[in-house]
Amino acid sequence: MKTRAILLCLLALAVYVLHQDFWNWKDYKPLIFGFLPVGLAYHAGYSILAAIMMALFVKFAWPKHLEDVAARAEGGVPDAKKDAEPHSPRAATRDDPK
Amino acid sequence: MIPAIVVFVYLAVVIYIGVFAFRKGKETGEDYFLASRGLGQWVFLLTLFGSNMTAFAILGSSGLSYRAGIGVYGLMASSSGFVIPLTIFFIGTRLWAVGKQYGHMTQVQYFRDRWECSHIGTVIFAVTAAMLVPYIIIGVMGGGHTLETISGGKVPYWLGGAIVALVVMSYVFFGGMRGTAWVNTFQTLLFLVFGTVAFYLIARKLGGFDSVVEQLASNPKTAPLLTRERISPYEFFSYTFIPLSAIMFPHIAITCFTAKKVTHFKKTVIFYPICIMLIWVPSVFLGVVAASQFPGLKPGESDDVILRLLAANTDIWLAGILGAGIMACVMASDTQILALGTMFTEDVFAYYGHKERFGEKAQVWTGRIFVVGITLVAYLIALELKDKAGIFELAIRFAFSGFAALAPIMLAALFWKRSTKWGALAAVLWVALTVLGTWWLYNYSAGVAPRPGQLPAQIFPAFGDLFLRTPTNVTIFGFLPVMPMCLGSALWMWLVSLLTKPPSQATIEKYFPRNG
Repeated sequence: MKTRAILLCLLALAVYVLHQDFWNWKDYKPLIFGFLPVGLAYHAGYSILAAIMMALFVKFAWPKHLEDVAARAEGGVPDAKKDAEPHSPRAATRDDPK
Repeated sequence: MIPAIVVFVYLAVVIYIGVFAFRKGKETGEDYFLASRGLGQWVFLLTLFGSNMTAFAILGSSGLSYRAGIGVYGLMASSSGFVIPLTIFFIGTRLWAVGKQYGHMTQVQYFRDRWECSHIGTVIFAVTAAMLVPYIIIGVMGGGHTLETISGGKVPYWLGGAIVALVVMSYVFFGGMRGTAWVNTFQTLLFLVFGTVAFYLIARKLGGFDSVVEQLASNPKTAPLLTRERISPYEFFSYTFIPLSAIMFPHIAITCFTAKKVTHFKKTVIFYPICIMLIWVPSVFLGVVAASQFPGLKPGESDDVILRLLAANTDIWLAGILGAGIMACVMASDTQILALGTMFTEDVFAYYGHKERFGEKAQVWTGRIFVVGITLVAYLIALELKDKAGIFELAIRFAFSGFAALAPIMLAALFWKRSTKWGALAAVLWVALTVLGTWWLYNYSAGVAPRPGQLPAQIFPAFGDLFLRTPTNVTIFGFLPVMPMCLGSALWMWLVSLLTKPPSQATIEKYFPRNG
C-alpha cells in the first residue's frame, strides 16, 4: 500500500515536471499535422497524459471508504456490500440456482 | 441580424430548460440549491466543467493568445488539466462525503462545524463573496458586448446586458441547481460540438492552417506567437499554482456536493483534462491565427477575435449557432449567482436563525430573491461602468490568486486534525491583504509597465528584482504573486494552528473517525 502511494506520488511529480517543457520554448517546428506548432501540440498531448494519470489514480488510489461512509449516512448498506447482493427480488429469483 | 435571431432562439431554449427543471423540483433548500444531491455522472461532469469555462476562459484565452501566443495553453489550460482533476479527486470527493454525512451545503458550513467557529466563518464568507462578485459583473458585461457584436450593433449594449441578465436570472430563479446543471450540460455540449465544426470551417475558408502558420512565422512581429518567447519561464512555472483556485471557487465546491454518488467523480477527473483540451486548443490556436487576419488590435479589442473570425469565415447561420455557444460561456455566471445565493441563505440567513423562524420554504424564497437582487445590482454596475470592464477583469485575475491561496485552508480542514479556526482566520486575512496589496502594486507600477516583448521593469529600484513589472503582471523575484500567497497562506495556517487550541476531541473524532 505504501509502495503504491509512493509510486503514485512519483508519477504525479514526473507529470508535473513534464509540464515545464523548457526545450520547446523557442521553436515552433516541427509542425504537428502540418499546422500545429510543437509547443501547442506537446501540451495538447500533455492533457491526454494528465487524463491517463487520473485514470491510474482512480484505479489505484480511489477513496473507497467514502462510498461506505455515504451509504452509512443514508442508513443503508455500504456500496461494496450492496454490489455483492442481488439488486432486486426479481433478479434474485432469476439468478437463484434453486 | 440572423446570428442574433439564432442566439435569441437559443436563449428561449435555455429559459425553457430552467422552467422544466422548476416543474421537476421540490420546495426544499437541498433541492433548490443542490438538486437534492442527485446529479448523474455525465451531467455532473459537464456542469462542473461548464461552470469553470467562463467568458473569461474562452474569449479571454483567445484574446491573450492573440497577444502572447501559443504558450497560453500551457500556461492556463494544461496546468489546469493537471491540477484541477487532482484537487477534485482529493478535495472534491471528501467535500461530497462530509456534505452527504452532515448535510453541509457550502464550504463555510463545513468550516464552522469542523473548527467550531462562528464569526470566523462569516469572515471567510465575506472574503469569498467579495472575490466572486466581479465574475458576475463581467458575465453581464460580456453578454452585453457579445450580443452587440453578434447583432452588428442592432442590439445595443444596455439591451444585450439586460437580456442576458434576465435569461440567467430566470432559469436560476426557477430551476435552481437542477436548472443550472441542465443548462450547463446543454451549453457545454453545444460549445464542444459547434466549436469543432467552426475550427474545421475556418481552416477550410483560410485555405488550410498550414499556410496561415507559415505566414505568421515569416513575419518577425508575429513569429514569436508560435513559440513561448513572450512568456517568462518563472511566470510559466508559478502559474501552475493558479488552478488550485478552482476547488475553492464557491460554485465549484458547491457543485461537488451535488453528485448522486461519489463514484461519479471517477469519470469527471479522467475526462476533465480531455474536455479542457477540446475547448482550449482551438481557442488558443484561433487566437494566434487571428493575429494574421486582424493585425494591430488593442488589448480590449482582441477579446472578441473569435467572434471576428466566425463572422468573417463561416456561414451566417453557423456564426449564429456558434455565437450562441459563445453566449453559453458568457452566461457561465449562472452557477456563480446561484452559489452566492446558496452562501447567503445558508451561511447568513439560515445560520443566524431565520430558517428556524420562517421555515425552509422561506429559505428557498430568500435564495430566489437574493438571485434577483444580485443580478439586478450586477446589471446596474455593468451599465454604469460599461467602459471600465478592465477594472473587473483585473479584479478577476487577482481573485484567481486569492482563491488559489485559500486552498491550504481547505487542505488543512480535510487532512490535518490539529488545524484550528485561528489558523484559518490568519490565512484568510493574509489572502485578503495580499490580494489588495498586489492590486495596489499593479496600479502603482502602471507608469513603468513595459510593452509586450520588452524586459520587465523594476518597481522599486532600491529593492532590485524583488518587485518587477511585466506588461500584464507584477512579479515577486520573477514569480507571480500567487506563489508567495499560497506558501504564505499555508505557513500562517500551520504556525497559528500550532499556537492555538485545537477543536474538541468530539469534533476531531467526528471528522477523523478511527475506523474511517
